[in-house]
Amino acid sequence: MSTTEKALEGTGRFLDDRLHGASGLNRFLRKIFPDHWSFLLGEIALYTFIILLLTGTFLTLFFQPSMTEVTYHGVYTPLDGVRMSEAYSSTLNISFDVRGGLLMRQIHHWAALLFIGAIMVHMLRVFFTGAYRKPREFNWLIGIIIFSIAIFEGLFGYSLPDDLLSGTGLKITQGVLESFPIVGTYLSFFLFGGQFPGHDIIPRLYVIHVLIIPAVLLALIAAHVFLTFHLKHTQFPGKGRTNANVVGAPMYPYFMAKTGAFFFFIFAVLALLSTFAQINPIWLFGPYNPSAITAGSQPDFYMGALEGALRMMPNWVWNVAGHTFAFNEFIPALLPLGIIFGGGAMWPFIEQWVTGDRGEHHILDRPRNAPTRTGIGVAAVVFYGVIWLEGANDVIANHLDISLFLTTWIARITVIVGPIIAYWVTKRVCLGLQRKDAHLLEHGIETGIIRQLPNGAYVEATRPVSENDEAVLISRTGLPPLPAPAADEEVPAKSMRGGMGRMRLALNRVVTEGIAAPTGNGHGEEHANGHGEPAAISGQGDQGRDGQDSGSSS
Amino acid sequence: MRPITSLRRHRVAGYAVVLLGLVGAGAAYTAVAGQPGTAAADASPVSRQQIAEGQALFARTCASCHGMHAQGISGVGPSLIGVGAAAVDFQVSTGRMPGKVTGAEMPPRPVVFSQTQIHALAAYVASLGGGPAIPSGDQVSPAGANLALGQQLFITNCAQCHNFSGAGGALTSGKFAPPLNHATPTQIYEAMQTGPEAMPVFSDTTITPAQKRDVIAYVTKVRGQPDPGGFSLGRVGPVTEGLVAFLGGIAVLIFAAMWITMKRRES
Ligand code: HEC
Ligand code: HEC
Ligand code: HEM
Repeated sequence: MSTTEKALEGTGRFLDDRLHGASGLNRFLRKIFPDHWSFLLGEIALYTFIILLLTGTFLTLFFQPSMTEVTYHGVYTPLDGVRMSEAYSSTLNISFDVRGGLLMRQIHHWAALLFIGAIMVHMLRVFFTGAYRKPREFNWLIGIIIFSIAIFEGLFGYSLPDDLLSGTGLKITQGVLESFPIVGTYLSFFLFGGQFPGHDIIPRLYVIHVLIIPAVLLALIAAHVFLTFHLKHTQFPGKGRTNANVVGAPMYPYFMAKTGAFFFFIFAVLALLSTFAQINPIWLFGPYNPSAITAGSQPDFYMGALEGALRMMPNWVWNVAGHTFAFNEFIPALLPLGIIFGGGAMWPFIEQWVTGDRGEHHILDRPRNAPTRTGIGVAAVVFYGVIWLEGANDVIANHLDISLFLTTWIARITVIVGPIIAYWVTKRVCLGLQRKDAHLLEHGIETGIIRQLPNGAYVEATRPVSENDEAVLISRTGLPPLPAPAADEEVPAKSMRGGMGRMRLALNRVVTEGIAAPTGNGHGEEHANGHGEPAAISGQGDQGRDGQDSGSSS
Repeated sequence: MRPITSLRRHRVAGYAVVLLGLVGAGAAYTAVAGQPGTAAADASPVSRQQIAEGQALFARTCASCHGMHAQGISGVGPSLIGVGAAAVDFQVSTGRMPGKVTGAEMPPRPVVFSQTQIHALAAYVASLGGGPAIPSGDQVSPAGANLALGQQLFITNCAQCHNFSGAGGALTSGKFAPPLNHATPTQIYEAMQTGPEAMPVFSDTTITPAQKRDVIAYVTKVRGQPDPGGFSLGRVGPVTEGLVAFLGGIAVLIFAAMWITMKRRES
């Protein structure tokens, strides 16, 4: 009996004897997790969130969410005698008077940046490997909702200390609200309880920041993690890995040990960052002052894209029938992020519609094997990245010695041209890599040894790829193109008729573009178009997976 | 509470040193330059000899661009009549003048003149048409200044170009507001008084001399103070923080994840 099983049995019996519910627990502990570094990205988000809850709770003990004006006479002498809100002065007190307060503030803030950063890279991993495909579309949607709510959570937290930068951020938020056609002014008055900034906003944001959104996030994250368990983790292609099994290590003790270690790693990185790198030094910004604005007033990075969109937008303001339509704020506030979030949410369904692929997928795609998706993903990253960089254009201009206007114009052009080029280049690169893979499969690995044949010709000796590599290489099944409605067909399928049908067909041709599918070591058989059988990608039910959850540990 | 007390001790110590230095420099300056504060136009405290010396220096190093009598050469250098001693002192003591390339916003270079020579130049230019004088040591001394007011004045008047901590920033049409880390109190005063290049003039009616002192006190105080939270990351705001979050946070954690998953269980 292996050590694993002993450990499992020991723990299982111990718990079963006491809780009488071990069969479920046992299944939980035996849950198989595939091993890949990119599967830990989501965990960064999970653990930083837990750290945010802990440090945030500490901060609530000392933070005063109040706009009441006070005169500061604290430890930080450069602001001695400055009038400020209680929110700001209590944050100064957290930073300078409360034992460990500054460290807590800094951990809280760094954790917020890592939380959202981790969500972003996690989502990219899920997208580029196609992990969102059936049956995991809901979990993808939950992820998108978590992402968008987390951004608001960060924005509201950033606004709480009522310093110059957070006030500037709130002013922009208010401007965006006001730019909503017709209802804008009402929305703004509703949120701020009257004129900007007013007295209500900080207490309101406080309740939203420490209570409402954390509760919603907690619920969504729980659902997200539960679904991940329930649907089982996807895995990369490899030897012995099929759409119907999960190959990896059992939850207990292997995965738990690893993930536990990872938690401490994350905590350590956060503690180090917060000890050595200063973040949000609100005492330098000074209290919010509506008549002041500072160079370098940026939001946190996750709001950078909104800031960039605002900076990039030409100044369009229309006056129609006594109403001001501030398109210079409304469009940039909604359009770019709308494209990213809306497009992201709809993508799994668009892809299904275009490919006609309704099968379940538990084996991940290597990004090169889905060139169109990968191309679109990279294009989206470029699109977002350009807008995001434009949000820091003054700092970039300052440090690279180029003019501010130039950065804006570069951004305006690249935001349109960049994604197109990125899509095209990425797709070519993917196809090139596919070709390389096919070559490897068919001809094996070049050994660099040249032999002379009896007839005088030279050949290079090759050796076949390893079994595991072969399994990876032949994983690309390719997608079958949708059949074009034949001219003599009496009634084409409903989904293929009309404008939408034609568009679907055209898109389908783009999506299924790929080079001939590889056929394995030495199998010379050529496929006409390289696309596998439709049957190969559909209908592998859940039942198979449930039973075959195997740790291959015996 | 240890770190705070030591910080405070530190801060007070730094304050005292700066103060002592400034008072010393001020005293030395007053001794050299004579009666402070009087407009240089009446030229009484500066000797004829100083002016003559300045004129000679000017003819040698400045006239090629500003003309023999500082009347200006169109397209090369502006007229200096009426710019005042303060402008000359600011431009030359920060290394901006004598300019090498004609064009806006001369990048500061090593200062080429001694203090005495600069004062001679300043006295000469002031003798041509008055203008703001070089401030005295008392005028720029942060001793007893109102820091709180200085903070507010700085944030409302200067931060939009020089950033909240004086780290500098980009302006429109390719111009830059420099960081304020090196300017001496006198230079800060003169910058406000003369408004070099794209910087507006903050005349004594906009920011009174006493308020100028408050601004100087705030700028010099804040730039010298340690960063209680660790490395300052340039004090330029959230941009570098975001960079560090990705390079020092996310990237490090991804490497950690790779490391943790590197050792596979043998099956
Ligand atoms: C290479 C040409 C050049 C030389 C040499 C030069 N200057 Fe200038 N100077 C300029 C230009 C151009 C400007 C205007 C641009 C600016 O304000 O930075 C200027 C501006 C100034 C100003 C600011 C005027 C104002 O309106 O505030 C002063 C004062 C000045 N120079 C003094 C001097 C002195 C003193 C010298 C000699 C030590 C000198 N310059 C040498 C080109 C020159
Ligand atoms: C409109 C933008 C703007 C504002 C507002 C502004 N400055 Fe400046 N400042 C500049 C520019 C541009 C320069 C560089 C001028 C040059 O190189 O000739 C400068 C230069 C300076 C310098 C010289 C720095 C050095 O080391 O050479 C000082 C000191 C200074 N400013 C102080 C201030 C203070 C104090 C205030 C507020 C009362 C202020 N500035 C407001 C744009 C501004
Ligand atoms: C239950 C969970 C949370 C609680 C109780 C909480 C509490 C607080 C409090 C009281 C503040 C103001 C004090 C201060 O600024 O120092 C604050 C600030 C902040 N919060 Fe939270 N928070 C929580 C979760 C989060 C999450 C999930 C995020 C990120 C998405 C976040 C991001 C921020 C940010 C960026 C600040 C500004 C910090 C600074 O001043 O440097 N918080 N939070």
